[in-house]
Amino acid sequence: MADHAHTETLALRVQFDTEAQQKDASTLGMWIFLITEIMFFGGMFAVYTVYRNWYPEVFAIASSSLNEVIGALNTGVLLLSSFTMVMAVRAGQLGQRKAIVMFLILTLLFGGIFLGVKAYEWNEKFEEHHIPGQAAFHLEGVAPGDQGHAQLFFSIYFAMTGLHALHMVIGVGILLTLIVQANKGRFSASYYTPVDVAGLYWHFVDVIWIFLFPLLYLIDRHLGK
Amino acid sequence: MITAAAQEREHYLNASYGLKSWLLTKDHKRIGLLYLFTITLFFFIGGAFATLIRIELLTPQGNLVSSETYNKLFTMHAVAMIFFFLIPSIPAVLGNFFLPIMIGARDLAFPKLNLLSWYLLVIGGAFSLFAMIAGGVDTGWTFYTPYSTTYSNSWVIATALGIFIAGFSSILTGLNFIVTVHRMRAPGMTWFRMPLFVWANYATSLIQVLGTPVLAVTIVLLFVERVFHLGIFDPARGGDPVLFQHLFWFYSHPAVYIMVLPSMGVVSEIISTFSRKAIFGYRIVAFSSVAIAVLGFLVWGHHLFVSGQSLYAGMVFSFLSYFVAIPSAIKVFNWTATLYRGSISLQTPMLYAFGFIGLFTIGGLTGLFLAALGMDIHVTDTYFVVAHFHYIMVGGALMGYLGGMHFWWPKITGRMYPEGWAKLSALVIFLGFNLTFFPQFILGYLGMPRRYHLYPEEFQVLNVLSTAGASVLAVGYAIPMIYFIWSLRYGKVAPANPWGATGLEWKTSSPPPVHNFDETPVVTRGAYDYASLMAEEVEVG
Repeated sequence: MADHAHTETLALRVQFDTEAQQKDASTLGMWIFLITEIMFFGGMFAVYTVYRNWYPEVFAIASSSLNEVIGALNTGVLLLSSFTMVMAVRAGQLGQRKAIVMFLILTLLFGGIFLGVKAYEWNEKFEEHHIPGQAAFHLEGVAPGDQGHAQLFFSIYFAMTGLHALHMVIGVGILLTLIVQANKGRFSASYYTPVDVAGLYWHFVDVIWIFLFPLLYLIDRHLGK
Repeated sequence: MITAAAQEREHYLNASYGLKSWLLTKDHKRIGLLYLFTITLFFFIGGAFATLIRIELLTPQGNLVSSETYNKLFTMHAVAMIFFFLIPSIPAVLGNFFLPIMIGARDLAFPKLNLLSWYLLVIGGAFSLFAMIAGGVDTGWTFYTPYSTTYSNSWVIATALGIFIAGFSSILTGLNFIVTVHRMRAPGMTWFRMPLFVWANYATSLIQVLGTPVLAVTIVLLFVERVFHLGIFDPARGGDPVLFQHLFWFYSHPAVYIMVLPSMGVVSEIISTFSRKAIFGYRIVAFSSVAIAVLGFLVWGHHLFVSGQSLYAGMVFSFLSYFVAIPSAIKVFNWTATLYRGSISLQTPMLYAFGFIGLFTIGGLTGLFLAALGMDIHVTDTYFVVAHFHYIMVGGALMGYLGGMHFWWPKITGRMYPEGWAKLSALVIFLGFNLTFFPQFILGYLGMPRRYHLYPEEFQVLNVLSTAGASVLAVGYAIPMIYFIWSLRYGKVAPANPWGATGLEWKTSSPPPVHNFDETPVVTRGAYDYASLMAEEVEVG
C-alpha cells in the first residue's frame, strides 16, 4: 500500500499518478470520442453524397427552397457561441471563476438562439408541405415523377439537421452542468479540464454545421432557381 | 483448504460487500465480472434458440415450428450471440479485468465510463430481450431494407434500439481501452513490451471506435424510416436498399474481427505460457493485429457480390478480401513456430489454443473460397457460409474465450478449476463443434440454402449429424459451467502464478488487490522473456 494511497480529488483520480496524466487522458478520450462522432456523421455524409450524385437537378431545386439568409445568420450565431466557448476555456486557464460562468452562459444563450431558429425553419417546412413521407408533399418546379427524389433531399435534410440539433441539445445539457459547477467555484487554473473537454465537443458540433450549411443550403442553389 | 492468511488478505472480492458495492463499483475487475454474468445469460438465451433451430432441422418437413417462427429463431439466435455475447465477450470480460493489470495500471483511464458501458449493455439487452419475449423479430440479424423498414410485422424497432444502445457500450469500452493503453502504462512498459493480448485488444478497440458509430447511424436511419417514413432507403422514392447493405457491412464485417482478434490475443498468451517460449516474431504478430483491424475496413463489399453491386466493385472487394489472409496466416505460422522446440505442456488452456488454431485455419481457408467471386456465387446464402462463419466465430472466437477463461480463472477467483474435467470438456467441445458444423460445409456445397426450415430429403442425414453434434456441444458447454461454479467453493486455492507465466497479472496475488498491485510495478523486460526467467531458475535452483 505505497504509492497508490493518495487521497482522491477531482483533479487527481486514484488511477492516475499525476494531474498532467489525468488531463492528458481526458483530452485524448474526448478526441477519440470526436473521431467516433465523425464516423457517425460520416455515414450520413455518405448517404448525402450518393443521392446528391444521383439526383443533382432535383437536389439543386430542393436546396434553393431553403432560406439561405436565415441559415447564414444562424451559422454566424453558432460561430459566436464557439468564440464565447473559447473565452470560457481561456478564463479557465487564467482561473477567472466569474468569467468562466459568464462565458458559459453566453455560449448557452447563442446555442439556444441557434436551436430556436432551427425550430422556426423546420416549422416552415411543415407549412410548405416539404415533409417527406406525407401524401401532401410537393416541391415546386419538380416533375411529378421526381417528387420522390425531392423527398429524399428533405429526408436527408431532416435526418442531418435533426441529429445535429440533438448534439446541440446534449451540448446545452453539458453547458448547464458546467455552469452549475463553475458557479460553485469548482474550476481553477489548475483544474478546468471539464470546461476544456466540453469546449472540444462544442467546437466539433459547430464544425459539423459548417459542413452541413453549404452542403444543404448553398451548393448549386443558383441552378435550382 | 483455505489457509487463515489467505482468508484474511484483502482483495477486490472481499474489500466490500453487498449489492450496492457491485452495482456502483468503479473497479474494472468487478465490472469485468458484471459483464461475465450478463453475457453468460445471453449465451444461454442464444443457445436456446440454436437448440430449437437444430431440433427443427432434424426432419425435412418443417414440422416443429412455422416458417414465421423459424425466421424469428435464427434472427434472435444471431442477435443474442453476436451483439450481446461475442462482441462484448473477451474485451468486456477478460480485457476489462486484465488489460489494466497487464500494463501495470491501477484501473482503466475512465472507471465511471466503464461502469456506464456495462449499464448500456444491460439496457440494450433489456430492449432486445423485451422484443424477444413480446413476439420476436424476423428480419435476420442483418436487418436488410426494405423488409425491415416496410414489411416486417415483428419487433424491429425494439431490437434495433437495443443494438444501438449496446453499440455505445462497445464504443465506450474501446475508447477506454485506447486511452488506457496510451496513457496508463507502468514505468518501463513500452509499446513493444506489452503482451500481445493488449495489442489485440487495442486493435479491437480501433474497430469498435471506428466501425460501431457507422452501425449506430445506420440503425438511426432504419429507425426514422420505419417510424417517421423518412424513406432514405426507400426504392419508391429513388432510395437504394443496397446503400443500407453497404453501411451495415461497413461495420458488420469488421465486427467479425472485433469477435476474433481478442481471441487471437488470448491464444498468443496461452501458446507462449505453455511452450515456455517467447512468441516467435513478437513484433510482427503485434502488427498483424493492427493490420487485420485496418484491412477489415476495406473488404465489406464481399457481402454484396450478388446484391447488384457493380462487377468492378466486386472484383476490387474480392481482391482486397484476400489480403486479410496475410496477417491471419502470419499469426498461425508464428504460433506454430513458437511451439517448435518449446517445452510444451498440454494443460486445458493449451488444448483450447490448439482447438482455436485448427478451427480458425479451416474457417479462414473457407473464407478464401467465399472471397472468390465465382465460387461465392455458387455458395452464397448456403450452409457453406453458415459453416464458415461458425468456424470463425465459435471455433475461433468462442474457443479463445473459453481458453482465456480457463487460463485466467485462477487469477480471477483465486481457485483452480479441476484439470481432468476441464480437459474432457475441451475435447467434447472440439468434437461436438466439428460434428455440428463440418456437415454444414457439405450441405452448403450441395446447395442447401440457409434460413429455411424445409429442405429436400436427401439432406436429412447430414442435418441429423449436425443436430447430434449440437447436442454433444451443449454437453461440452454445460460441463465448464458446472465445474467453474463448483471450483469457487471446492477448487484448490490458486497460487499467484500457477502457470509459471511472465505477465504482470501473475506478479500480483490471486485474486488481485483492489488497486491491482501493492506497488506500481517497474517493467524491465519484454512480455515473454522465458529465456531469462529459466536462466534465473537454474541459478537459484
